[in-house]
Amino acid sequence: MIELINVNKSFGKRTIISDFSCRFEQGRANLIIGESGSGKTVLLKCIVGLTEVDSGQVLYNGRDFIKMNGREKQNIRKEMGMLFQGGALFDSKTVEENVVFPLSMFTDMGEEEKIERANFCLSRVNLKNVNHLYPSEISGGMKKRVAIARAIATNPRYLFCDEPNSGLDPKTANVIDKLIHDITIEYNMTTVVITHDMNSVMEIGDKVLYLYNSRKWWEGAKESILGTDNKELQEFIYVSKFLKEIRERELGDAGKK
Amino acid sequence: MTTLFSHIGRYFIMMRHVFAKPEKMRMYRIELFHAIETLGINSLPIIAIISLFMGAVITIQAAFGFTSPWVPLYAVGVTTRDSIILEFSPTIVSLILAGKVGSNIASEIGTMRVTEQIDALEIMGINSSAYLVLPKIIACVIINPFLIIISMFLGVFGGWVLGMFAHVITSYQYVYGLQFEFRPYNVTYALIKTIVFAFIIASVSAYHGYYTNGGALEVGKSSTKAVVYCDILILLFNFILTQLLLA
Repeated sequence: MIELINVNKSFGKRTIISDFSCRFEQGRANLIIGESGSGKTVLLKCIVGLTEVDSGQVLYNGRDFIKMNGREKQNIRKEMGMLFQGGALFDSKTVEENVVFPLSMFTDMGEEEKIERANFCLSRVNLKNVNHLYPSEISGGMKKRVAIARAIATNPRYLFCDEPNSGLDPKTANVIDKLIHDITIEYNMTTVVITHDMNSVMEIGDKVLYLYNSRKWWEGAKESILGTDNKELQEFIYVSKFLKEIRERELGDAGKK
Repeated sequence: MTTLFSHIGRYFIMMRHVFAKPEKMRMYRIELFHAIETLGINSLPIIAIISLFMGAVITIQAAFGFTSPWVPLYAVGVTTRDSIILEFSPTIVSLILAGKVGSNIASEIGTMRVTEQIDALEIMGINSSAYLVLPKIIACVIINPFLIIISMFLGVFGGWVLGMFAHVITSYQYVYGLQFEFRPYNVTYALIKTIVFAFIIASVSAYHGYYTNGGALEVGKSSTKAVVYCDILILLFNFILTQLLLA
């Protein structure tokens, strides 16, 4: 479980995160949604320690990550997997080498065992016959899947995803969403996903947090998000004409009844 | 001035992390061999071509410069030898390597920074600065002295071949000049300089790459800055080391 208590982050005079508190439960996909530039990625980087917070606490199973020394932080990070917006695959390594890399770094597995594990992780994300291709030779969706395979190779306890669907077509985005959801349950991980895609929210969001004006504006289950009376969240959800029409139709039907 | 001090401070903080205990020696060894190949062996052709031609040009210029009958012709061999061993191979070749190897290191690490590959390493719990920089520093410090020794041989060889081909000096006079009052300490001095310059090239370029912020444009800027800073530092340390070792 991950808990954030009164986290604040500013860049100069610009406040990015203000007094943010929340709890991310184990075995659930926790989604942070918000407009572009609302500070979602900064918040995620604060959680994983890539950006230092100005004040507040980030607790991993009750232990304050910010107060840990370098060695303790490294040990926690060995339990993390992260899917970056662009995949962040190592350009100079093949797909297989990318997945094998964390295993080579942190386990004493033999070569065959590592390859076997890499193949298992790649098949888990529905990738076959791409082991010897370089990241520049595969599509965007495949890169994301390889990044997921690399992230789960060492059986992490925490999975972080920064806009896993950005730049993907709806069908591929759906495959990635489903994969994240299934892996979260299968490995009983604490998953935190940053997104602004409402399809993802409905597909995988066990718990949803809406970030607005540097603050946590709304928190709840995905089932309750569509019926919210929070004005700013409604504007965010029903920004598309299509969804707005559905919403108006539903409200009309409810009025008639 | 504050920016300069902040750069120096950040450089030494990075260096402290670079020389931390490696997570897994085997992985660092693989990176080291890779760096020796890309930064050292791949630089050999350009070093060979430049050294051969520079040796030849020094010989011809020396031969045409010594017009006085009081200066023996073997002085051409002495001049070529000393110019190459004392200055051309350790300093000028290091400046060339700063351009080739320095920009390579800065752009490689800079690209990894802007594409979040360094963040990915950090998230895995890997000391990214040590993993990316240490093998490159060790590779340069090991391989550059060999490159410089090869450059010395090829420079002297180029002078000998061109000297005879252009009929400016005989083989006997040239070889006699090479052996005349030869001081082995000059080679030691050149190699000490080379090792210091190799460290500067690898660490300063890596520093500029590691702290790249932005996108592709900034990677280019970091690469240029790395070469400029390396060149300035090489010239500065050339002066300091010459004062310390030869004066």
